Amino acid sequence: MKILVCISNVPDTTTKITFTNDNTQFNTSGVQYIVNPYDEIALSKAIELCEGGKGTVTVVNVGESSTDPTIRKALAIGADDAVRINAAPRDAYFTAYQIAEYAKSTDFDMILCGRESIDYNGAQVPAMIGEFLDIPSISIIKNLSYDGTTATIDREIEGGKEIISVTGKFVASCSEGTAEAKIPNMRGIMSARTKPLQVVESVAVEVVSSISSFETPAPRGTVKLIPAAEPESLISLLHEEAKVI
Amino acid sequence: MSVLVYVEQIEGKFKKSVFEAVSYAKAIADKLGTTLTAISIGNVPESELSALGKYGASSVLNVAAEELKNFVNQAYASVIAEAAAKESADVVVLSNSFSGKGLSPRIAVKLKAGLVDGAVDLPDLEGGKFAVKKSAFSGKAFAVTEITAAKKVIALSPNAFGVKESPVEAVISSFSPAIKPTDLTAIVKEIVRATNKVSLPDAEIVVSAGRGLKGPENWGMIEELADLLGAATACSKPVSYADWRPHAEHVGQTGITISPNLYIAIGISGAIQHLAGVSSSKVIVVINKDPEAPFFKVADYGIVGDAFDVVPKLIEALKAHKA
Ligand SMILES: Cc1cc2nc3c(=O)[nH]c(=O)nc-3n(C[C@H](O)[C@H](O)[C@H](O)COP(=O)(O)OP(=O)(O)OC[C@H]3O[C@@H](n4cnc5c(N)ncnc54)[C@H](O)[C@@H]3O)c2cc1C
Ligand SMILES: Nc1ncnc2c1ncn2[C@@H]1O[C@H](COP(=O)(O)O)[C@@H](O)[C@H]1O
Repeated sequence: MKILVCISNVPDTTTKITFTNDNTQFNTSGVQYIVNPYDEIALSKAIELCEGGKGTVTVVNVGESSTDPTIRKALAIGADDAVRINAAPRDAYFTAYQIAEYAKSTDFDMILCGRESIDYNGAQVPAMIGEFLDIPSISIIKNLSYDGTTATIDREIEGGKEIISVTGKFVASCSEGTAEAKIPNMRGIMSARTKPLQVVESVAVEVVSSISSFETPAPRGTVKLIPAAEPESLISLLHEEAKVI
Repeated sequence: MSVLVYVEQIEGKFKKSVFEAVSYAKAIADKLGTTLTAISIGNVPESELSALGKYGASSVLNVAAEELKNFVNQAYASVIAEAAAKESADVVVLSNSFSGKGLSPRIAVKLKAGLVDGAVDLPDLEGGKFAVKKSAFSGKAFAVTEITAAKKVIALSPNAFGVKESPVEAVISSFSPAIKPTDLTAIVKEIVRATNKVSLPDAEIVVSAGRGLKGPENWGMIEELADLLGAATACSKPVSYADWRPHAEHVGQTGITISPNLYIAIGISGAIQHLAGVSSSKVIVVINKDPEAPFFKVADYGIVGDAFDVVPKLIEALKAHKA
């Protein structure tokens, strides 16, 4: 079995988000980058499925050489090897196309992604990969079991879940609950340095969108404090002033 | 040219988020000076379909094929893309629901379209461009995305636009697209739905609690408060990790991002990763015993007090208010 896991390189969750160049560019100065937290879940699931010599895990990233430390982190967690498609990820369409093209050149059983990247929150790449490859894609999964040919997958829906069965190649995007995120140990960190990281060139694809500017939300006013002994005042404020109940 | 809106049905019914998507699509059609067609897939009664006219859909394509009874994104994307071609639609709108998130990217690839997911405002068409604002960085910012492709797909965030009436007569016609068997290899085995609960992503009011509640046995009062308000319940990450509450309730950077009209946070400190998922809520109420809790900095209303004392009193006050 061979599993491809797509990982994106995103700002650490504590990052204060600011922009430069007249709000047209994300300010990367001083920003720490991490493996997208959902991708860690996808990777942990893949490692779990391959445990005991049942298969290999290849992480795939579309990025420039600056993402190598993030890829090494994924190798330290337990991926067997890595592929970096050498390009700045322009948008989901571009990124998914690159991954799909790479996938066509290799043999694999499934592609696991995170449910969304925490920077642009697209939740677009996984289903786009599925469409480019013309194979099923299941978005926002909570559970996955695999018997070697058929996967049984729980997908999140509003107020519940759907249980899906899929035979053959597929793409799934993982959310919380799919697996417990694994933490790299010392041996993993040491061996990550020598695991293969292959760099492949990107291919041309049409441009469909671009980000023209960013905005930050308007700051909130100061909090109105209500004495703990007077919860009825809160009710009237929510009813009469805020008009939300 | 026209605008096409996909109306997601759940057990033959449309939810508020669908009417929002129709209202939003109608506003785009008006801006572009064109008409709005809706496409429904699955088993939906005629009365429900004609209700779409109230929000501006003058034509409704009804796909009632038995094979498409259950949502399979691959097949639904083919059907919607075929409908877009038939209607010469340049813009396809849908709700950014769980299913919508698995569907919109596939439609975009089929149409070679630019996609904006989680749109929060109408497109800006000034100077011939097509730019849509969406939330990014888990609610810490907005990104204005310009779609340069000829075709556009927009997935609208729930609660961002609201429902707007614009009544027309909806003409319903049945649509029988070609169905490829290879589009139906993922099979829905079972659907498990908790029908009595308000669903979190599109709830207007959310009551949320954190580690300050001490243990799962104390959620009774949270649920009672939520029931009284017609609200959904949510929780912080450590709470779902400790299995006090299901993962589906976890909000924040690594959970669900929500933007209800009212978010009530009880015994939650307000860590940056938690705020990321809830900061676009219109009104935030914080109940915490620590006056220094960071959550108060982003709250509109706050009560400094012990949840075990404040929440029962709040429940009583709410009952009195309702009576
Ligand atoms: C990569 C990463 C991703 C993360 N993603 C998320 C996420 O998506 N969502 C999320 O929520 N967190 C997330 N976290 C965790 C986050 O940093 C916080 O640890 C978490 O939000 C804290 O949860 P809490 O507020 O429930 O608990 P605590 O921080 O323990 O706070 C409990 C609060 O309850 C108050 N309290 C205690 N007793 C009472 C009482 N009797 N009455 C009233 N108030 C009381 C305390 O004053 C305190 O403010 C993430 C962390 C990391 C590193
Ligand atoms: N640049 C990238 N390289 C590899 N995988 C990516 C990249 N961007 C996104 N992904 C994958 O697609 C998922 C969803 O990302 P997005 O569509 O950007 O929200 C992520 O969790 C990753 O698994």
